[in-house]
Amino acid sequence: MTDKHFTIALAGNPNSGKTTVFNAITGARQHVGNYPGVTVEKKAGAATHGDVRLEVVDLPGTYSLTAYSIEEVVARNFLLNDKPDVVVDIVDSSNLERNLYLATQLMELGVPLVLAFNMSDVAEGRGYNIDDDKLAELLGVPIVKTVGHKGKGITELLDAALAVARDGQAVASQRHPNYGSEIEPHLKQLTGLVAEKCDKHRPRWFAIKLLENDAETIKRLRQACPQHIEELLAEAERLRRHIESICGDAAEIILADRRYGFISGACTEAVTQSVEVRHERSDKIDSVMTNRYLGLPIFALLMFLVFQLTFFMGNPLVDLLDSGKGLLAEAVGGLWGESGADSVLRSLLVDGIIEGVGAVMVFTPLIMLLFLAIAFLEDSGYMARAAFVIDRLMHKIGLHGKSFIPMLIGFGCTVPGIMATRTLETRRDRLTTILVLPLMSCGARLPIYVLILGAFFPVNTVLRLFGILPVTNHALWLFLIYIIGIALAIICAKIFRATLLKGEATPFVMELPPYRMPTLKGLAIHMWERTWLYIKKAGTIILAIVVVLWALAYWPKLGEEKLVVFEQRRAAVQADAHPDKEQTAELLAEIDAAEHEAKLEHSAIGRAGKTIAPVFKPCGFDWKISTATIGAFAAKEVFVGQMGVLYSVGDDVDEESVDLREKLAAKYTPLMGFCIMLFSLISMPCMVTVAVTVREAGWRWALLQVTYLTALAWVLTTIVYQVGSRLI
Amino acid sequence: MNDANVNPLPPMPLTMALVGQRVTFAGVRNAGRGLTHRLAEMGLTPGENLEILNRGSGPFIVSIKGSRFVLGRGMVHRILVRPG
Repeated sequence: MTDKHFTIALAGNPNSGKTTVFNAITGARQHVGNYPGVTVEKKAGAATHGDVRLEVVDLPGTYSLTAYSIEEVVARNFLLNDKPDVVVDIVDSSNLERNLYLATQLMELGVPLVLAFNMSDVAEGRGYNIDDDKLAELLGVPIVKTVGHKGKGITELLDAALAVARDGQAVASQRHPNYGSEIEPHLKQLTGLVAEKCDKHRPRWFAIKLLENDAETIKRLRQACPQHIEELLAEAERLRRHIESICGDAAEIILADRRYGFISGACTEAVTQSVEVRHERSDKIDSVMTNRYLGLPIFALLMFLVFQLTFFMGNPLVDLLDSGKGLLAEAVGGLWGESGADSVLRSLLVDGIIEGVGAVMVFTPLIMLLFLAIAFLEDSGYMARAAFVIDRLMHKIGLHGKSFIPMLIGFGCTVPGIMATRTLETRRDRLTTILVLPLMSCGARLPIYVLILGAFFPVNTVLRLFGILPVTNHALWLFLIYIIGIALAIICAKIFRATLLKGEATPFVMELPPYRMPTLKGLAIHMWERTWLYIKKAGTIILAIVVVLWALAYWPKLGEEKLVVFEQRRAAVQADAHPDKEQTAELLAEIDAAEHEAKLEHSAIGRAGKTIAPVFKPCGFDWKISTATIGAFAAKEVFVGQMGVLYSVGDDVDEESVDLREKLAAKYTPLMGFCIMLFSLISMPCMVTVAVTVREAGWRWALLQVTYLTALAWVLTTIVYQVGSRLI
Repeated sequence: MNDANVNPLPPMPLTMALVGQRVTFAGVRNAGRGLTHRLAEMGLTPGENLEILNRGSGPFIVSIKGSRFVLGRGMVHRILVRPG
């Protein structure tokens, strides 16, 4: 019996362990969407507690509720507009004072509130003694101690949250900061004016925000009560001037200072602390990780380990899936027997879907491991250190270390990388970062590299790291590709900062969370979320594209009169009854290949490919690569799928299926292989990236991004191919 | 707020502070309202203590109210502090 449906919003600072609490409450029942109009991820999940159904919304992590970042505005608007039944503020108990700042804002906003003192085990282990009953009394808000990653205290937290949601008086018993005799009377006066003229529900909140000259609030009130807004603004401005003349600082600074004073007062009474030990271990690790001389080498080594481990563990799995795909193709193809060579359905299933989608799917283990590694860097707290360490290099290109975090995320996927640029302070920094982000080679490009490397460069171990970890030539090639991407990003960013996006480096602030051992559950959820997107994409968009490509490669079919020619040649070779059997077989294979080629060239895609092929000729691409390159615009991994289709449609079905890699190796040179990798690295970003860039930066910048990257790819690949083919 | 009476030393840019030194936040120069407000919300209000933990080749790592922050190079030039 479900009596009611409650909505719980989770608020909290970044790094407060909000996500672990969210995971502990909802488990795997999560869905990710976007807040309307902005690309801030909206995470929600369902849960049941007793007989109550809960909808849990994970608000973006924020330090405050001002209007300085999209996240804060989104969190605030959700609380104001969607009016959740209760808000749970996740507080890092080992860092109470700072974390309670958001709580004071939530109390001022007047939402039904419960505080979860998370990581309470860490706080206790570090010598904090928190009298939570006393603190709850001082703040007028229930407090529950939790340990998110162990699932401790979650039941109690939900009990408390539901009690508050059902209690109509919960908000009334909350305390809020008193701003003292210089400000409080003026604030009351303004509150009265807001209540009278505009908003009766949260007059104090709006009055405070008016004193802070908060742009979003002014916009909101202008819409709510256009006839009184000027009067309110005039009064607020008068009070702001008055406060500034008395206190010597702007009103918003005084208000922030008083909020911290209010928190500090409560904590002095309820918290005893032996010594400041919270960061002891973290600081020790940092003395090595962020060391002036060791920082960069350690960073480079970590990056290399990420790639190396990904391949060391991922490649055997990829090979396994690949042979599985081969068996599946044989089994499905076998259903038609000898007579089925001409079956359209068989060609669609085997040559189209299994070869096309399968080529993409077999790389899932690699993608999974890469996402796992990135999740580890994020969850452990190293990401922020990397930003600090890399700042020196980033500064040289006119960006700062913080821009590096979106770029690192871009190694997984460009789209979340572009979204992560929102943490950057200025539009100039954001635009520069967005423009060069696609040069950070994303996970979807990995299958292309692995396919090419497997085809042209026999794998071998070139050295052993620390005497044990084998490093293959493939890992070095890949590292080279990634480095080329990074180097190009640096050069392009520098050019943009010197021309279109001129300006001084902007000041930035970034919190360094204490190092934490990531939890298995957290890593698993992070990894799975992103891997699932990859699989889903393969099963939907890529499937659809592959079917279209298959059809384009299948029809129109070569006329009978042309096919007869090949039959005659085959018959002639066989009739010849050459004593050397091998030579006969070779001749037959040559004829088969020629027939396959003729069929493809006759098809729609062959004709289209031939039309565009001249454009790509200087890069060393034939028409097949050219079409696959264009197909890669839909999604980078389509390249692999499309090559799979192109090299299997029209193939002689009786022949034992030759690996795609072997076919490529027979057809192209290693130099062409390298050119394919280079072009795939640089050329236009995928459709989804373009769409996100349009949303985040506008279509002009998206257009610039597509054009400059494609032009750069063409020019560089042409140079490499032309110079390379003369040298070799 | 007016701690000029308490601490007579003139403010200096944060860049002049040494690793391990504890200083008192005095204000921000050449900064817009937004930046000053954000710093205040982080806990960096006039009179607040901060400790310099690391000064790389540009940005600093400082401790403010028990948290570690990276302050970018543009920031450390603008932040004014007093020793002690």
